Amino acid sequence: MKKLGKVISALMASVLVASALVGCTDAASTETNDSQAQTQPAQETESSSDNGATFKIGAIGPLTGGAAAYGNAVCNAAELAVEDINAAGGINGYQVEYSKEDDELNAEKSVNAYNTLKDWGMQILVGSTTSACSIAVSEYTKADNMFQLTPSGSAVDCVKYDNVFRVCFSDPNQGIASAQYISDHNLATKVGIIYDSSDVYSTGIYQKFVDESAGKNYEIVSQEAFTADNATDFSVQLQKAKDAGADLVFLPIYYQAASLILTQANTMGYAPTFFGVDGMDGILTVENFDTKLAEGVMLLTPFAADATDDLTVNFVKKYEEKYGETPNQFAADAYDAVFIIKQAIEAKNATPDMSISDLGDALKGAMTEIEASGLTSSKMTWDASGEPNKEPKAVVIKDGAYVSAE
Amino acid sequence: MSFLTYLINGLSLGSIYAIIALGYTMVYGIAKMLNFAHGDFIMVGCYIIFSVSAALSGNSAVGIVLAVILCTLLGITTEFVAYRPLRGAASPLAVLITAIGVSYFLENVALLIFGADIKSFTSVIKWEGLSFAGGQLRIQGVTVITIAVSVVILIALQLFINKTKQGQAMLAVAEDKGAATLMGINVNKTIMLTFAIGSSLAAVAGALLCSAYPSLSPYTGAMPGIKAFVAAVLGGIGSIPGAMIGGLVLGIVEILSKTYISSQLSDAIVFGILVVVLLVKPTGILGKVIQEKV
Repeated sequence: MKKLGKVISALMASVLVASALVGCTDAASTETNDSQAQTQPAQETESSSDNGATFKIGAIGPLTGGAAAYGNAVCNAAELAVEDINAAGGINGYQVEYSKEDDELNAEKSVNAYNTLKDWGMQILVGSTTSACSIAVSEYTKADNMFQLTPSGSAVDCVKYDNVFRVCFSDPNQGIASAQYISDHNLATKVGIIYDSSDVYSTGIYQKFVDESAGKNYEIVSQEAFTADNATDFSVQLQKAKDAGADLVFLPIYYQAASLILTQANTMGYAPTFFGVDGMDGILTVENFDTKLAEGVMLLTPFAADATDDLTVNFVKKYEEKYGETPNQFAADAYDAVFIIKQAIEAKNATPDMSISDLGDALKGAMTEIEASGLTSSKMTWDASGEPNKEPKAVVIKDGAYVSAE
Repeated sequence: MSFLTYLINGLSLGSIYAIIALGYTMVYGIAKMLNFAHGDFIMVGCYIIFSVSAALSGNSAVGIVLAVILCTLLGITTEFVAYRPLRGAASPLAVLITAIGVSYFLENVALLIFGADIKSFTSVIKWEGLSFAGGQLRIQGVTVITIAVSVVILIALQLFINKTKQGQAMLAVAEDKGAATLMGINVNKTIMLTFAIGSSLAAVAGALLCSAYPSLSPYTGAMPGIKAFVAAVLGGIGSIPGAMIGGLVLGIVEILSKTYISSQLSDAIVFGILVVVLLVKPTGILGKVIQEKV
């Protein structure tokens, strides 16, 4: 399967190069035009640029299945960003074409999606939405030296190759960001932690959080673990945090377990501030969950849909008009991702007729030089490792909705 | 005071294990097979209650009755379709493997119908519970009812087995299938009845499990099922009071070891105790004491 995909992708890559070149009549491309390229019909575009060439950006995410909410947010927001860019005259005068593919939260299918997009002519990838898929695809973008910017792939390994950058914080770095946020906003004096010791995501954040907490203005009074096999009864962990007097409980875990913790804390009459990370996002979507229980829960997230700055207000309005729902942080990350790509292209004056690899090299270089501003942060920079550097933000749940905690 | 709280939490968890373990132990005692799908019967029961409650805007009583009926039918059907044809197979492993297959089958069907997303289960018990010592010691309604229900089930099962004709037939089948047949006992019917009772208990256990820990997914029943199996072995598999004691011991040990030793190691400790008990007393706590294995 994979082999076949590779063969096809290799075949298609040549077609892609040809089709990318076909519309370009400038000097740079004529020398490489071959007969195949000339007979290839130019891709239909809504281009208004003088030579008809377009940048082709693809996005991958789970558009169906359990994580469809994530994938659709990413793919919709990327589409919206592309439309906005095109309406404002494109990137360096070149219009942008956009296509998306479903990976069903499956690494293998994500690679297939990548190959399908390459067949279509993709030059830059926004994706994959989820970590495992993003890592799987990065093996192929690495081989092609295609520039890959994952909006939301937060596992450490997502950016292990130099051609991959991300918009969101990495998993463990959320621990650092959370500690900073709790300290900066004086949220607590005594902190309890409940984490999943059988999960890399959770333990990674937990360790960084504990490391970063040294010397902060709060004290960690209880650190309790659970495992995936033991994730139903949290009475002990909560009772210990309560007995230790924790006024904030840090939950670097996914919302499934968190919903149980909130319910059990409520029945035992314990009401500290609960502080989660991006895994907490989704707590309000648990079917039949009494959202009153989540009242006051805070979570580290780059985006709050109710923020009042013009950029957010415009984005939310357009997104709601087009897709009928309020955008979440995945949407914000993806929207930013497309604009970051735009900025990087502009920084290097890159053109659509460059090969995928040349474009990749140019954008890699640009990423460490640019300072981007977007929905998720007014100031984002990157180092060569692919990790973003930005201010942490948090939201609080009020009346069953995320509200900016600022 | 907090020790008491932990102990009561342990009793509550233990009672749920006990009710599940009763289903395991009855089926093992009489049919001499491990129904590894038992935990998934629980999950099916939970989904039935969840769906019916949602459809009838929160009326869980109808849901529980329907869950008990449908789980009973599911148990009978599973026994008839998957287990009975293999009862005569050369190796007892055939039925065991089939049971694991049924377990995965049910989980995947639930995945297909309900998806992997967890659902928050509305407790079927509306009662707030008791409060002692000025609110310092709170016992939740679901805890009290779980413990009460498990005791009632235990007594009812003991009476059924020892006082009724069907119960005596079960004992006879447990003792010796061949001889029971010669005595005019319909072995197939008796085993079917056992499955029916075991599965209806699974529905009850499901209602209580999800009321105490209100999160429902296709894998809800898997881990409690395994723990309850351990409880049944710990208490002496085949023994009804043994399942009860095993369940309670397991629940209390789990909570207390989480509290006083390590929240990560509680499972290791629980299973470690199982090993120690089996080394000292290979038939489990009540395995030998009670002669009348069911």
